[in-house]
Amino acid sequence: MSLLRVEGLTKRYGGLVAVRDMSFSVGPGEILGLIGPNGSGKSTCMKLVMGIERPNGGEVFIDGVPVAGQAAHRIARHGVGLVFQHSRPLHRQTVLENILLALLPDSLLRLVGQRGLRDRAAAIAERCGLGAVLHRRPGTLPFADLRRMELAKAIARDPKVVLVDEPFAGLTAAEVADFSALIAGFRAEGRAVLLVDHNVKGVSALVDRVLAMYLGERVTEGSAAEVMAHPRVREVYLGSGTMTRAARAPRAAADAAPLLTVEDVSVLYGKAQALDRVSLRVPEGACVSVVGLNGAGKTTLFNAISGLVPYAGRISFAGESLAGRTAGQVARTGVVQCPESRELFGDMSVRENLDLGGARLPAPERARQLAWLFDLFPILKARQPQRAATLSGGEQQMLAIARALMMRPRLLILDEPTLGLAPVILEQISRALEVLRTTTPITVLLGEQNVTFALPHADWVYVLEHARIVWEGPPERFAEEAGDGLL
Amino acid sequence: MRIVLACLVVLVLLSGLPFVASAYVLGLLTLAYYFGVFAMSWDLLFGFAGEVNFGPTFLIGLGAYGAGLLNSQAGWPVPACVAGGAVVAVLGGVLLALPALRLRGPYFGLVTLVAVLLLTQAVTIGSHWTGGEIGMSLPDVLSIDDSTNYWTALAFMGVSGLCLLLLSRSPVGLILQACGQDPVEAASLGFNVSKHKLAAFCVSALFSGLSGAMLVFYFGTVSPGTVIDVAVGVQVIIAAVLGGRRTIIGAAIGAVFLIVAGELLRPLGQLSTFVVSAIALAVILFFPDGLLGYLLHRTSRADGPPP
Repeated sequence: MSLLRVEGLTKRYGGLVAVRDMSFSVGPGEILGLIGPNGSGKSTCMKLVMGIERPNGGEVFIDGVPVAGQAAHRIARHGVGLVFQHSRPLHRQTVLENILLALLPDSLLRLVGQRGLRDRAAAIAERCGLGAVLHRRPGTLPFADLRRMELAKAIARDPKVVLVDEPFAGLTAAEVADFSALIAGFRAEGRAVLLVDHNVKGVSALVDRVLAMYLGERVTEGSAAEVMAHPRVREVYLGSGTMTRAARAPRAAADAAPLLTVEDVSVLYGKAQALDRVSLRVPEGACVSVVGLNGAGKTTLFNAISGLVPYAGRISFAGESLAGRTAGQVARTGVVQCPESRELFGDMSVRENLDLGGARLPAPERARQLAWLFDLFPILKARQPQRAATLSGGEQQMLAIARALMMRPRLLILDEPTLGLAPVILEQISRALEVLRTTTPITVLLGEQNVTFALPHADWVYVLEHARIVWEGPPERFAEEAGDGLL
Repeated sequence: MRIVLACLVVLVLLSGLPFVASAYVLGLLTLAYYFGVFAMSWDLLFGFAGEVNFGPTFLIGLGAYGAGLLNSQAGWPVPACVAGGAVVAVLGGVLLALPALRLRGPYFGLVTLVAVLLLTQAVTIGSHWTGGEIGMSLPDVLSIDDSTNYWTALAFMGVSGLCLLLLSRSPVGLILQACGQDPVEAASLGFNVSKHKLAAFCVSALFSGLSGAMLVFYFGTVSPGTVIDVAVGVQVIIAAVLGGRRTIIGAAIGAVFLIVAGELLRPLGQLSTFVVSAIALAVILFFPDGLLGYLLHRTSRADGPPP
């Protein structure tokens, strides 16, 4: 009898199918790893189980009881707990009180605290390694202790099914070992554990089985080794192996004067190190690719370049330092980012989004640019009056790129343009990039976890892992020297 | 609990004021105390439930007009009218909150704002009974003795403040804060977020309504300008934010400060409102935790230095 059983779970957001017909089960004392690249639907799956999102179809059984479609607090009472990756703890209360909260019944009449509860909260804290910081406030804790506190809160509800969202993100190796032991403790107690993570490697030592997802669908299921060896999984993460790359001379010599230089840039998010002394150079006219898993720091790097997050270190563009410039000033010097989240103006039409991108161009030039972009992405021409939010995922991505190009950038930063898109769309975007490369002087900095997509376009590749650059080199050498690290 | 003791000491000191202060000062503080309860009730929603109620005067006005009409039309005695006004405020509050709490983001606030305009119009339409924009005088008052009025208001504020403070620090208050700060996580811990927020709205409505009802029997009159007008609501909000979000007591301090400062600066004429508003703006900009929040924050930082 499995504690968690999911059958035919489906979730649609408008025209986008985030999860399609997923089925799996987790038994008592078992840990299932649910893995997939960003946008594959694994987090949505977890939210559907918890009831944070309502499924459009399918059923979720907790210990045999159907719960799909119920509110989260009801599903929680059926015995499901979720360890959040990020949460907003009660900052004016101590760690002990934060854990105590999780022990309280959902009653409006509990006006007096019980002594026994405090002892239980303290015992749970002790077990999670929080004994020394019981009376501190969350704001004064290091990052790993905050994660422990989230774990403690989930344990406090004594759930039959524990969902853990990216258990090891942002933790050091020693902390990872601690956390693994705690999660293995759930297994020993006979709970069913679902771990959601980006890659197999991180969770392989801990899990009993792995289920790989891509584009909302199941790819394969099996032991960690089996899943890692599965050809489709390798293809999703690494590409098909035979890189199709148009024979071409590098556009820019590696020793050409760099358009963008990043030197020793570090970024801290609160207590988490998002970038650790990262350096890279982008020659004028080249396409440089930064590859790395989600959470490696790609978006943070691009946001630092665009002036959206404060950083330590030096970033200069066309020989001038970008230090102290606002995001708007950086964009006007010619560094234009097309962000991962696209950031379209959803309530505005396609045309209005494009016109905003070109707002600073004189009218005739704007018209020329627009005509060129409609050539590049013909579908946008047909969609001009449509609201941006109602476009399909692929069309939204094209619009985001087109809007960035309306600003006539010297350096175009593309952050994960392939995120969650179907292969046929990838091909169209790939062709557009090829046009950019061969017919315009625009320099491109491309961030990707989809290596198959990134390599054919790149003149030079950097690999970012856990906030650091761990490899750089020409794309030909990537597969043999750095490929396995990404799986 | 140190803060409760400190408050009790201050309340005892303030209760001695009628023996030394003039009727003018007592009258001013009486008004300030009722405002203090408005602001504390508002802080329960904003600071703990995480919902911005832009229309505190909807609840206050319901309590005030409910009590006033029961007195002038039905001839009920004052205590029954005050209780009746509170019941009207809670019922009206539930009717408003049930649909409004389903909305996300700023829409809850907008609904509460529109509710104030609706109530204003309702008073105008029912001018035959309510006296319309001019308002109405009530047959009864709480007392004609300044000291009695003062002590009544002080005791009422003390009891209300104690109830709200204890509630906010009880296990239920802890759940309410969690619902306000991270509703998704609170639900995942098994708490019915809507239920807790609705309950908080009811408690806020109860004390707002009680205080509105008491206020009209202190004045002996009720008019839209004193208990419903949006400007009155804005003053309640400023008082609560000025005093300190999520502190309850701070809201009362902010209310007394606003009313007293407005009066002290009255010789400046039109300029007085400007000065008080400028002070409020400065506090909100530079001490977003408010006066009491700033003090509490400093002590809390002192007991746990970051590593």
